Formats: sequence, structure tokens, C-alpha cells
Amino acid sequence: MPIDRRTVLKGLAAGFVAAGVPVSGELSPDAAESHGHFRIWDVHSHLEALTGDTPEERIELLVPHMDRLGIERLILSQGFGEYMSHPTPDQMREENDRVMRAVKRFPDRAYGAVYLTPDHVEASLQELDRCIRNGPMISIGEIQTDVRCNSPALDPIVEWAISMNVPILQHTWIKTTANGPGESTPYDLVELARRHPKAQFICGHTGGTWELGIRIIRDSKNICAGIAGSDPTSGFVEMAVRELGAERVIYGSDVGGRSFASQVAKVIGAEIPDSAKELILGGNLRRLLRPILEAKGLKA
Amino acid sequence: MIDTNVNLFRWPFRRLIGDDPEGLVTRLRKKGVTQAWAGSFEALLCRDIAGVNIRLADACREHGRNFLVPFGCVNPKLPDWKEDLRRCHEIHRMVGIRLYPNYHSYTLADPAFAELLSLAAGRGLLVQVALSMEDPRTQFPMMQVPPVDPAPLSDLISRIPRLRLVLLNAGYWGGPSTPDIEAVSKAGNIYFDMAMNEGVGGLVRLIGETSPARVMFGSHYPFFYFESALLKVRSAGLPHEQELAIYEGNARELLRTAQ
Repeated sequence: MPIDRRTVLKGLAAGFVAAGVPVSGELSPDAAESHGHFRIWDVHSHLEALTGDTPEERIELLVPHMDRLGIERLILSQGFGEYMSHPTPDQMREENDRVMRAVKRFPDRAYGAVYLTPDHVEASLQELDRCIRNGPMISIGEIQTDVRCNSPALDPIVEWAISMNVPILQHTWIKTTANGPGESTPYDLVELARRHPKAQFICGHTGGTWELGIRIIRDSKNICAGIAGSDPTSGFVEMAVRELGAERVIYGSDVGGRSFASQVAKVIGAEIPDSAKELILGGNLRRLLRPILEAKGLKA
Repeated sequence: MIDTNVNLFRWPFRRLIGDDPEGLVTRLRKKGVTQAWAGSFEALLCRDIAGVNIRLADACREHGRNFLVPFGCVNPKLPDWKEDLRRCHEIHRMVGIRLYPNYHSYTLADPAFAELLSLAAGRGLLVQVALSMEDPRTQFPMMQVPPVDPAPLSDLISRIPRLRLVLLNAGYWGGPSTPDIEAVSKAGNIYFDMAMNEGVGGLVRLIGETSPARVMFGSHYPFFYFESALLKVRSAGLPHEQELAIYEGNARELLRTAQ
């Protein structure tokens, strides 16, 4: 049976309306109007696993993908080449320089988040001053992922974050197949958050095994669930909203290893109210970032 | 839009929205799907595969006539498995079968798998092989199931020219000895869904490594949010005709050649 083009287009338009996805002019005007009510900010993105020799080339590749899904802004952090364990201070600074170059190319589409290494606390504190206090970056993390975040080495970094009122994105996983050496779990983050009740944390990946991660962070009100970087497994966002409240759930993608599509889908496809989706897709992140953005004269 | 990768009934480790056939059909229709190729989650762990296939066929008929297309399961490690294949084809009038080699404890190098492919091809049945169902990192600790290694397909497929094979959930592709997806796709009539395809530009990459005519829309719903697959196509920046082929045309053509 030949394809009935009209039927296919009609069906697709219905699907996009249901998903709240931007659609091209050839589809129904109703579908086109359905998008635009969410301001999507992405708390978790990298330049790794992308083609391009420079940070500028790589973010140029990302922006069209953002446009197609209506993503307004990225928070971009380290990651360009092969995974780097226990980086030196020079390597840490090089990572941050790359991020600042990418952000400079599209200042209206990305902010930078500083990469730090608890192996080198003093250098990390200097990097905080260079990149946030005196530079263009607006948040912290992901931090080096092979030092468990319950380490006391994190304490001065967190104190600095409290003093500047910036949130911290912390990588966490609970892998059935075993975590890597030094890889943090949500339990580690809860320990850190209890030591620093005035700090604001985003639990990266919500531990990956999110049914555990959500329960682990539930009582720690200064930890939000970051939903980036796991399969788009149905029920994740519904459970997070049910157990934490929509105001403690934050969208991120973990591009380039992941796609924007699979991660935005976790929110767009969740059976939760639009008001909750608005918070998760950007409202909560803008709330956390508002103090530092205002201090820098930037708009949330 | 044809979704080539949906699942009926309950996932063993989690209740899913849409794990009742009626709810699944209602939701898929609302999302713009016009036909869905359905396997059964029950097939992963049940030994009475014949019973699984009866329930699948009944549910598709009752809740999704002309919408749900049942893909029964055959486990070639079970006694008298050829009878399951015969029933899928002759009793349930299925157009294809869906296999779960990792859950059924055989590799693609197993002679029983080769025999099953030959018999299915002889009957004109499509064969879907689910290479994985879930990220190994998040599996239930007592039920760890590594992804299927597709490496043996490279040699096997060329020996069964009538076979039409679809690889589902190829996201956790690989292992040190696994050939790249391009090499496997060259082996014969192999098609791919894109439910577990990942990365920025991942779908374009998959099409480049295989063929625009070999990639089909598949969501792995309701285990995954349906919108993941939808948005992957939408954000890929494909030529419009290629989008339509992925959404529907390639699946329709495959179904036609199988029949």
C-alpha cells in the first residue's frame, strides 16, 4: 500500500501537538501554536562526543539542535576529549577556557559552569575566582567525577559557592554494574548537603538508578534531582514530582553523549501538569541562578 | 506513523503508564501513531511462551484491531519450539516474531538461532531481535542481562537470503569484539529501529552507517517515553521525505515485502 502523505502528516501533527514540539510550516497551524509556552534551560551539557576541532565549532553544531526543540539556553561545563581522571590544575583551567570560548561564541544561548578538582583545592578556589567572581561563568559543576563528593576536600568549594550564592551540579550514579573508582552516589551527596544546609545542589543523573536516587535525596531539601543523562525511562519524572515536588526537579540533557530529544522527552512525555513541566524545564533552574545572574547584571 | 517497537503488558520490575493494552492504544493514537508492532513483556521470563503468544494475539485483537500488530515470541531453547513458530504463523496469523536472546540464554552464534531464522524466513515472517531492553547499569541486581552481541550476524545473514531482520534497541551496541553497526548492516536485509539511538546527531549518524531505507521509527514504549523517539526524528534535521520514510514508509515497505 503506498504512503498516504496527507494521512502521515495529519498523524504527525497530532503527535507533535501532544508532545508540545515545534513543527514545521507544512504541518497544522494548531500544532505550531502548541509550542512556545515552555522556556527550556538545560542545566547539564558538555562539548564531548561532538564533531569539531574547536569549542566554537562544537557549539555551532549544538545550536541548530537546540533550535529544533525550542531549547533557549545551555549551562555548559567541561568535557571535550577523552575522559580525564584526576586532572592537573592546568588541565582543569584548559577545560574551563574551552567552555568560556564556546559561551563567548553564543552568549545568548549558553552560560558556563566551572569545572573543579578536589584533588587541588587551592587551585580550584582560584579557578572559582577566575571563572565566576571575576569571569563570565555562573555556576559550578560537574566537578571532577572520580573523587567522592562526601570528601572534606569539597567543603571549601561549597563554602565558596554559598558565599556567591551559586548552585553546584554533582555527578552521581548507582550502577548495578559497579561504580567507577571514586564515583559519587546520591548517598555521598546527601552527606555533603547535610554538612552545608545553606548550599544548593543538583543531584546529577539522580543516581541513574532513579528509583533509588529519588528516595535517597528525598529528605534533603537543598538537593534537587537532575534528570539528565540516563535512558528516557518512563515514570522517572512522575516519581520525582510525586516524591520531591516539581520545584525540586530540574531538566538537563548531558549532551553530547546524550541527545536533547531523549532527555526533553522525559519531561514533555511525563503525565504531569504543564505547570510542573514549566518548573522542571527551566523555572527551577532560573530560580536557583537568579541571585548570581542578577549580581552579574544578567537576565534570568 | 508506524511504531515498530512497542510492548504490551507489565514490565517485571516497574509499573508503567500504558502497561494495559487499552491505555496503551489510547495513548499511542493520541500521539499520532496509526499502527504499532507489539511484543509482550511477558515473553522475557515466562516459559509458557505459547500462552504468552495467545494473550498477545487476543489483546491485539480485542484492543487494537487494525492498529496493534502482534509479534509473538519463539524461544529456540525451549522444548518443541518449532510448534510455537508454527502457531505464530498459522494460528495467530502473525507477520513476524520478536526474539530476546539475552533473556533466553542463547547467543546469535547458537545453531538453534540459525535454524529459527531459516524457518522464519521460509515462512516469510519478519524477525525482530531485541538486542537489549534496559541499560545494564540500572538493571535489578538479581536480574542482570547483558546486551546481545550482534557480531555473529555478519556471517549468518548472508546464508539466509530471504530473511528480513530488524534489530531493536541497538543502543548498548558493542563490546571489544563487536563489529561496527555499518559492517553488520552490510551483511544483508537488516533494519534498525532507533529507540536507543543516542547522542547529538545520532539518528543522522545511524542513517549514514546503514541506509535511509533501513531505519524505522521505534519507541520502546511504554518502557521509554514515546516522545523520545518522536523528538529524535523531529530534531534530526532530515529532509522531509526521509522523515516520512522513517515515520512510516520503511516499515510499510518491509511489511509488504514480508507478506
